[in-house]
Amino acid sequence: MPPADPPLDARLASVWATGPGFYGWLTAVNHRAIGLRYIVTAFVFLLLGGLLALVMRLQLAGPELAVLTPGGYNQFFTMHGSTMMFLFAVPMLEGIGIYLTPLMIGTRDMAFPRLNAFGYWVYAIAGVTLYVAFLFGTAPDGGWFNYPPFSGPGYSPTAGIDFWVTMITFIEVAALVASVELIVTVFKQRAPGMSLNRLPLFVWAQLVMAFMIVFAMPPLMLVSVQLMLDRVIGTHFFNAAAGGDPLLWQHLFWIFGHPDVYIILLPALGIVSMIVPVAARRPMAGYTLVAVAIVALGFLSFGLWVHHMYATGLPVLGMNFFAAVGMMITIPSAVQIFAWLVTIWRGRIVMTAAFLHVVGFLVLLIMGGITGIMVSAPAFDWQVHDTYFVVAHFHYVIVGGALFPILAALYFWFPKMTGRMLGERLGRWSFWATFVGLHVLFFPMHILGFEGMPRRVYTYLAGLGWDGMNLTSTIGAFVMAAGILVFLVNVFVSLLFGARAGADPWGGNTLEWATSSPPPPYNFPTIPVVRGRDPLWDETDAERESWATSDPEHPRREVMVTTLLDAAPDHIDLLPGPTIWPLWAAVGAAIAFLGSMIHLLLVPLGALVATVAFVAWLWPPREEFPA
Amino acid sequence: MTGRALAVSGMAVAVAGCGGAQSVFSPAGPGASRISDLAWILIVGTIVPAAVVIGLILYAVFRGRRGGGGPRVGDTRVILLGGAVFPALILLTFSALSARYSAEVAVPPSPPAFTIEVTGHQFWWEARYPDHGVVTANEIHVPVGQTVRLQLAASDVIHSFWVPRLHGKMDQTPGHTNVWWMQAAEPGVYRGQCAEFCGLQHALMAMLVIAQPAAEFDAWIARMRQPAPPPADPLLERGRQVFFEAGCAHCHAIQGSHVLRFTGSVGPDLTHLGSRRMLAAATIENSRELLRAFVVDPHVFKPGVRMPATRLPADQLDALIAYLATLQ
Repeated sequence: MPPADPPLDARLASVWATGPGFYGWLTAVNHRAIGLRYIVTAFVFLLLGGLLALVMRLQLAGPELAVLTPGGYNQFFTMHGSTMMFLFAVPMLEGIGIYLTPLMIGTRDMAFPRLNAFGYWVYAIAGVTLYVAFLFGTAPDGGWFNYPPFSGPGYSPTAGIDFWVTMITFIEVAALVASVELIVTVFKQRAPGMSLNRLPLFVWAQLVMAFMIVFAMPPLMLVSVQLMLDRVIGTHFFNAAAGGDPLLWQHLFWIFGHPDVYIILLPALGIVSMIVPVAARRPMAGYTLVAVAIVALGFLSFGLWVHHMYATGLPVLGMNFFAAVGMMITIPSAVQIFAWLVTIWRGRIVMTAAFLHVVGFLVLLIMGGITGIMVSAPAFDWQVHDTYFVVAHFHYVIVGGALFPILAALYFWFPKMTGRMLGERLGRWSFWATFVGLHVLFFPMHILGFEGMPRRVYTYLAGLGWDGMNLTSTIGAFVMAAGILVFLVNVFVSLLFGARAGADPWGGNTLEWATSSPPPPYNFPTIPVVRGRDPLWDETDAERESWATSDPEHPRREVMVTTLLDAAPDHIDLLPGPTIWPLWAAVGAAIAFLGSMIHLLLVPLGALVATVAFVAWLWPPREEFPA
Repeated sequence: MTGRALAVSGMAVAVAGCGGAQSVFSPAGPGASRISDLAWILIVGTIVPAAVVIGLILYAVFRGRRGGGGPRVGDTRVILLGGAVFPALILLTFSALSARYSAEVAVPPSPPAFTIEVTGHQFWWEARYPDHGVVTANEIHVPVGQTVRLQLAASDVIHSFWVPRLHGKMDQTPGHTNVWWMQAAEPGVYRGQCAEFCGLQHALMAMLVIAQPAAEFDAWIARMRQPAPPPADPLLERGRQVFFEAGCAHCHAIQGSHVLRFTGSVGPDLTHLGSRRMLAAATIENSRELLRAFVVDPHVFKPGVRMPATRLPADQLDALIAYLATLQ
């Protein structure tokens, strides 16, 4: 890239900057601002979900304890699951994707910046509402899977389930918005020369994740609306006595729910594929195989949902097909594991806290993966389904397979996001506490499952042989929580006193390391031209070509649009600037959705607010039509 | 909080031996036994390759900072062999084994001797023996060595029937009747527990399967077919009246001759309550004191059950408990 040109930088900054003050903060549409908000908000929900889990572990530390009431426990485990799946994992990974994708593909912002802001506000309102309901004692208590008829009007008459259904619909909107945004940005805004076969693997994973969300969320949206209708206006979708069927919910929920696990896992795998080559000082081995494996995981994950339903009485022959898919999905995961293994083996490892978390992830993913193979056999599952064995399995997969890569990502890209390094020593302490705590917490649960302890129980009787392992598990939970606490301390200490990070503290290979830390509002002063998979390793800064803005004297909010496959420059597009209207649109939607629980007249009122906001949001700015 | 103390002292699992009462790995019937065989194959068959791969990763990470190591073949070949070909071979074997074992344990090993209809309710099990004309709750007697056909249903929300030492679980879903089976190879008491979240007392919705030699089982059936005896003295007669007047009969049935019969169908049938080992869905020992405490306030033991607390004068309560205890 050519040396910085201070007057150009100043001109670009004035065009791309967000307004000052609190109002400016409310109007921000920049992808890094939105991405960071997702990351911070999702982290707060991680902490809340974790606190709920600690209280649950206290309740289960011994037999017949009374830390929580049975109803309280049911609310806690429902909130824990819903928080971790809907408010933490997916938004966190989307946030990391929203922050990093434009930087990795060398563009200035995402395709629809205002839509991005709208998605965030919708998500934030949904999460806060759910916790407000929880504080007032009307949290949902039907589990994150929320099976009717238990969640139907006959057995859950309180507003808790209504809050859950509303929240789900909201999160679906936010996730769909972010996905459309990611797909268009990746397809059309890559830097010139970044053909699809040079796309960083994290971006591949984000792309596949976005497509999966587009296909997996609509079934959930459909089924949650059906439940809402059953509850609010007395339809009978799930009422067997009136010709409905509770199994309808299970099919549609898991057609969403199983891909959702991979929606969480895929971007995490993508994160690992970015950190491993940098730590090994070597290009990623088997790039094409890994990209194909990511796509294969995306497809296969839609063929697995019945393995949540083996005990519902479906025909065994049919289940065998799902069992086979459940086993075969191991292959694309194993391909990636071997690609990382070869890269590490052939490379020169520089051990960092980020890479340490990657190693922890590999161990945990394999341990969670093999229990996944086990539960995909129907006969085996008939014993362990809905027991603590399954709790152990999916916590190894999700905590190991997603939380560890997320922490690795925060260590790896914290310098890019903040301009300061995250402490390595505290990072190692935090890693060991989290890693050891996780095993002490979740490993005994495998055995508890084999010893016959079902899930979702607020207590258990003494004499079943479960006491010791439950106590061990509770101790592990606190060790793990201590690890997360150390991480949190590390973040605050590093924000204040951390070493300054240059543009490229790790010697990275991808474009985000080519710009300053934190990047300027316009990301890149000039748009780089890409000639390989590892642009920063393939060429020196002096060799790299780049494209300036169309009129450097009078820059506008321009992004370069390139062709789908080869990323050949096509045309210049103008992006809209900061505005308050996405916030109003989200507020209007909230009035409509939440209002339906209070008074039906609030629905048209909210729709009106949202409509006005959408019109104002899309109103064309004057300067696009020069006189 | 004397109630709480009583609850803690009275709640028990009531299975001899303590520990392992619901262990998947101490099978006592052909279903659980075959599944435990499959489980061991899967456990060993996955742990060994997983340990090798984890070992390779740790070796690659910690062998120092020498570069350029690894096997002397191309990256693509290593990745495809290790990540696709080798796992595919293992997984195809597992798929075949899974299909075989699943098909095998899904059907009974021998033709069923008779059917038991088990219906899940919040938060207890109703067991009907249509061939024998017997109705009971939370304690299911079966003859040793004979296959029993299970017809599983639910009256309210989804439950799941699971006796880990005998067989895997099967859901009880409203609107669906699932057919399943069980067989106990040796006499014993096998504890089972609801495996699908069904509400406030899901955690303590348990049952006992009592496997007996055929002769004992037949004797049990014969006893179950007897109606409740008419009250033998004025105290018991008073207790029977209290049962009616206090509203117990709205929900609970007691079989008897037509003038002595109660037909409530919301809660468990109490015709032979006194002969059960446990009360409250296999949660509380069946003693007079605990029965009394449970009748006074079931929510001390099991918050959320539908049975309301009672405020009977002591003499009426005495009579009621005395009467219930005679229902052998």
